[in-house]
Amino acid sequence: MLNSLINLDRRWIFLAMLLAVAIPILMQVTFPEKVSPMVINVFDAVENLPEGSSVLMAYDYDPASAGELHPMATAFTRHCAFKKHKMYFMTLWPAGLPMVQQNLDILNREYPEYEYGTDYVNLGYKTGLEGVIKLATTNLREIYSSDNQGTNLDNIPMTADLKDISKMDLIINVSAGTPGAKEWVQYASTPFKIPTVVGTTGVGAPALYPYIPNQLVGLLGAIKGAAEYEKYLIGQYPELAENPSAQEGLRRMAPQMTAHVLMIFLIVLGNIIFFQQKRKGV
Amino acid sequence: MKQSNLIWALLLLVGGGFLFVRATTGEMGRVYVSVTEVAPEGANVSWTEEKQVHPKNLGEANVRLSWSRTIGLWIAAFFTLSIFSFLYGDNFFYKLAESIFIGSSAGYAMVVGFWGGAVDLLFRDLMPDFMRATVYPTLAEDATSNLVLLIPLAMGIMFLWRLAPVGGWISRWPLAFFIGITVGLRLIVYFESDFISQIQSTMIPLVVFASDGAFDFWASMKNITIVIGVLSCLVYFFFSIEHKGVVGGTARLGIWMLMVTFGAGFGYTVMGRIALLSGRLEFLFDDWLWIIDPIGKRLIE
Repeated sequence: MLNSLINLDRRWIFLAMLLAVAIPILMQVTFPEKVSPMVINVFDAVENLPEGSSVLMAYDYDPASAGELHPMATAFTRHCAFKKHKMYFMTLWPAGLPMVQQNLDILNREYPEYEYGTDYVNLGYKTGLEGVIKLATTNLREIYSSDNQGTNLDNIPMTADLKDISKMDLIINVSAGTPGAKEWVQYASTPFKIPTVVGTTGVGAPALYPYIPNQLVGLLGAIKGAAEYEKYLIGQYPELAENPSAQEGLRRMAPQMTAHVLMIFLIVLGNIIFFQQKRKGV
Repeated sequence: MKQSNLIWALLLLVGGGFLFVRATTGEMGRVYVSVTEVAPEGANVSWTEEKQVHPKNLGEANVRLSWSRTIGLWIAAFFTLSIFSFLYGDNFFYKLAESIFIGSSAGYAMVVGFWGGAVDLLFRDLMPDFMRATVYPTLAEDATSNLVLLIPLAMGIMFLWRLAPVGGWISRWPLAFFIGITVGLRLIVYFESDFISQIQSTMIPLVVFASDGAFDFWASMKNITIVIGVLSCLVYFFFSIEHKGVVGGTARLGIWMLMVTFGAGFGYTVMGRIALLSGRLEFLFDDWLWIIDPIGKRLIE
């Protein structure tokens, strides 16, 4: 038994992990979520703004990390729409435009009263990494003269008088890496004291915690943060309970749980085998 | 026949048969779009816009099967499975998917870089009349040439000089300028946000009282942990004094703090990777195979 476990082909572990993730998806099970104070902080940052506040939606992620970040981005978009905030979408990632577009599609589909140009605008993608943030905070027109469709910003009601983004009431950044949350903290939230919340990948979350609470209001970490935000959002806006599209993060937590249980089991098993071998003097 | 070949042949046979039956009966992997004619007022041009809709919308006016998007969906599914196949072992399909991914990413980055950098940030303001007549019809009529942009244009040409057979050294000048600018910019922001602000964030009360004046034990513990954690980690990276006695003990505590941080980071990373895997499996089961329908895309209302 011990020998067969020691010599176990790792592909069996891959198969076990595949099943651990696939079965809950196929069964479409969900588990209850407990909302943490951090997520409530992030929620309150959006919720406590007066209706119609200006919010910069900086969605710096691409399809490679959409599985982890898209649920929280859509939750932010829906929350801002419920609060009737003015949304300015932009991305610093070349492949981030389709992600922004999917959020705009949500506004078109679920909030038909939202009008392009007066309630939301898509500034699109600009090359220049963190340099774009630096310019946008001081002189927006040096980097953006038109929106993503090529319409001059002077001809769009929301942007006609917008000189820079330093007067935004809130920055919401969904970040998959660089440029992303760290750059928004460095070039926007710290020097201009703009309230900022971020949603980030699991890999990026630990490096951002030191910025809370002085430089960041709060942080949503990976799919767990997204699921908790969705849960809290549904609690405050019960009409979302009827919308399965607004529960993507919650659905992704069931495979998380089974996969984590499997991992814990494998780590414990590996340690037992290790100490057994040690005892036998192998 | 080798065992691995036999497994591959069986998998392809069973999987291929399943896909063939599902696809021919029209029960999987189809993308539908709603087609709209767009004709701006006063303009003598018009075009059609396609918007992806759910399969349950089939039958509505202007909704039809999109062959291009359907083929795209099948290619996406094929490449997802090809990449997954590496877990069994290196193989032709994995190499194919990897090569196409690298090639298409490089091409995409090049086009986006040229459009976003050279066209959008340089030529648009340098030659506004020409750009309005060609690729920027909405550019303001009163836009004038910004001749300062000749400097970055010249620096860009100097950068590309590196590819020339002679005079490659010319590219070092703009490179030096670029490095100088970047260092200066980053030095300031790091100093402000990652040095000064972080020190400020560590200057916190070790004994915390709630708004009603009562002692807040957990908030105090949190602050004490932060301060001790920062100080012990700093001591661990302080090598001018030998790590013995009190310094050694503090450094050891610093190692423990770092280990806890790495553990939390590893846990977060695992969570992230599983979320990505579940995202891809949802794509395969929902969008491609139509085995599950979590958001009711295919329900007939």
